[in-house]
Amino acid sequence: MTVLCLLETEASGGAIDASMRALGVGAALASSGGEELGAAWFGPEDAVDSEALAAAGVNRAWAIASPRLSGYAPVAWARALSGLAAGAKGPVSEGGLASASGAVSAGGPVSAVVAAATDHGNEVLAHLASISGLPMAANCVSAERSGPGECRLVRQRWAGSLLEDAVLEARLALLTVAADAVDAQAAGVANGSAGVSVERYEPELADDDLLVSAAESAERRTGVSLASARVVVGGGRGVGGPDGFAVLEELAGLLGGVVGVSRVVTSEGWRPHRQQVGQTGTKITPELYLACGISGAIQHMAGCQGAKTIVAINTDAGAPIVTKADYAIIGDLHEVIPALVAALRDRQR
Amino acid sequence: VEICVCVKRVPMVGGAITVTPDGLDVDVTMSGFTVSPHEECAVEEAVQITERLGGTVTVLTLGPPEAADQVRDMLALGAHKGVLLQTDGAEWGPIATAAAIADVVGADGSGRGNGGYELLLFGNESADTGGYQVPVRVTHLLGLPCVTGIKRLEIVDGAGESQRRLVAGREYRGTEEVFDVALPAVVSVKEGINLPRYPSLPGRLRAKRAAIETIEPVFAAEGLRKERLRVPAGSGKRAQVLGSGAEAVPALVGLLDELGILS
Repeated sequence: MTVLCLLETEASGGAIDASMRALGVGAALASSGGEELGAAWFGPEDAVDSEALAAAGVNRAWAIASPRLSGYAPVAWARALSGLAAGAKGPVSEGGLASASGAVSAGGPVSAVVAAATDHGNEVLAHLASISGLPMAANCVSAERSGPGECRLVRQRWAGSLLEDAVLEARLALLTVAADAVDAQAAGVANGSAGVSVERYEPELADDDLLVSAAESAERRTGVSLASARVVVGGGRGVGGPDGFAVLEELAGLLGGVVGVSRVVTSEGWRPHRQQVGQTGTKITPELYLACGISGAIQHMAGCQGAKTIVAINTDAGAPIVTKADYAIIGDLHEVIPALVAALRDRQR
Repeated sequence: VEICVCVKRVPMVGGAITVTPDGLDVDVTMSGFTVSPHEECAVEEAVQITERLGGTVTVLTLGPPEAADQVRDMLALGAHKGVLLQTDGAEWGPIATAAAIADVVGADGSGRGNGGYELLLFGNESADTGGYQVPVRVTHLLGLPCVTGIKRLEIVDGAGESQRRLVAGREYRGTEEVFDVALPAVVSVKEGINLPRYPSLPGRLRAKRAAIETIEPVFAAEGLRKERLRVPAGSGKRAQVLGSGAEAVPALVGLLDELGILS
């Protein structure tokens, strides 16, 4: 049996970080059941480095391509994975487990399909689940085989503010992985070989599978993105209004970071939604998150729990953020932030 | 444009989330209820579309009798009709939920068709269970195209009214993916697509009086079974206080230095 991981690829080559983290969860699932680890992506055979796959414990890999498929098409991707899962052959490694026991079950040799819980991963697996009439578990943080057709898993609820221990009963387990909650280093044990041979897989696609296809707009946002910023200066209700953000922008500029805001700030229309940190906004993973005038509702914390260090500035020592941050300053951000800006400017001189 | 928006009643959770002693549910004894934020935006989007192009907005939810409150909240925002798929309050999985929705919006009960709706709107994922799949499952049951995670939605005329299309955009890794599909279609949206309005007083009064159609769907268990809910370890630590007010700034600068932020 094989645990098959869908890898999303960078335009510049290689698998995206979220996919490599999902691969780690897939590797743990595979090893818990004594199964092989497979990887598949859409694009040319050389889109993902075969040595990196071997180092992550991948035994077999497939590059899925079709002349009918030029970009992202969710139903077509699901159809292709469905075909690959049903038809993928046993492992090619010499004396491999499955070939030795001839274990190619009637349900197909793939026991699970795992993807990162990105917009693409969740969407494709939901289509695959619908096509196959199977359950799907989104936003998992771990999974292990507990029996034939059964996995035990832990998944996020409330964007990670709550964890659910669950059992998934399905001939083909369909999982997406909350990549920001799992370690990049948790990836599998190297399979001991220098590389993985990549096979080409050409899916059979119907016209209907291609009805929904993405065109990418030429516009590419420039500048530091909130999701990948090294420093985020957060502003909440305590900022007081749209005019209060200039000093936060100034501070963010001095720290080489960007401004993020809480939900109340965007629902009041003070700042655009693309600056929102939280469950329904952007999840951030900076070295430092400086949360100013933010109370710390769980929906906000779900978006910033990936920060290495959280410093809260709040007038209320009893605010939830003070129990969730690493450091706190009890005080008015309208005094603290200008003083901090002045101190940093002094240092620069 | 005839639009059906599906919403979910979820607890209004603030600073902390706690689990009932049996570990099976979120403790809601102290909380109010709301709909998932993405869905509030879906309702706003639907209302804006009908304000522009005419038509009606139906709000549908699956939940306990009290979920009628959330339907009324959405009627107060400008939706026209309400439907409650009434349950006994047990948690429904995504497969059964999608089947119950498809049964109701499907035109002829065969499970295919769109019940006269040109657009079925959902939130991208529910705030509580976060399953990311009900809209997609409904799509397959009804044989309609589906786009998810949408933050920009435009309805454009084709050659005739029956050939209206939608152009929908979503963010993907620093760029925008654009989809162009024919209506009828299923769309799930994300918060940020619009800024939902506050309910008006006349809206509240109209919502209070509105009749809500109630249907009792049949529950079915499915393959993903919840065993226990728990709050992640590490919650509830206490921050180290660096000081009060502007006097704490030197300590903060020292910390930033220590963290390597200033280098």
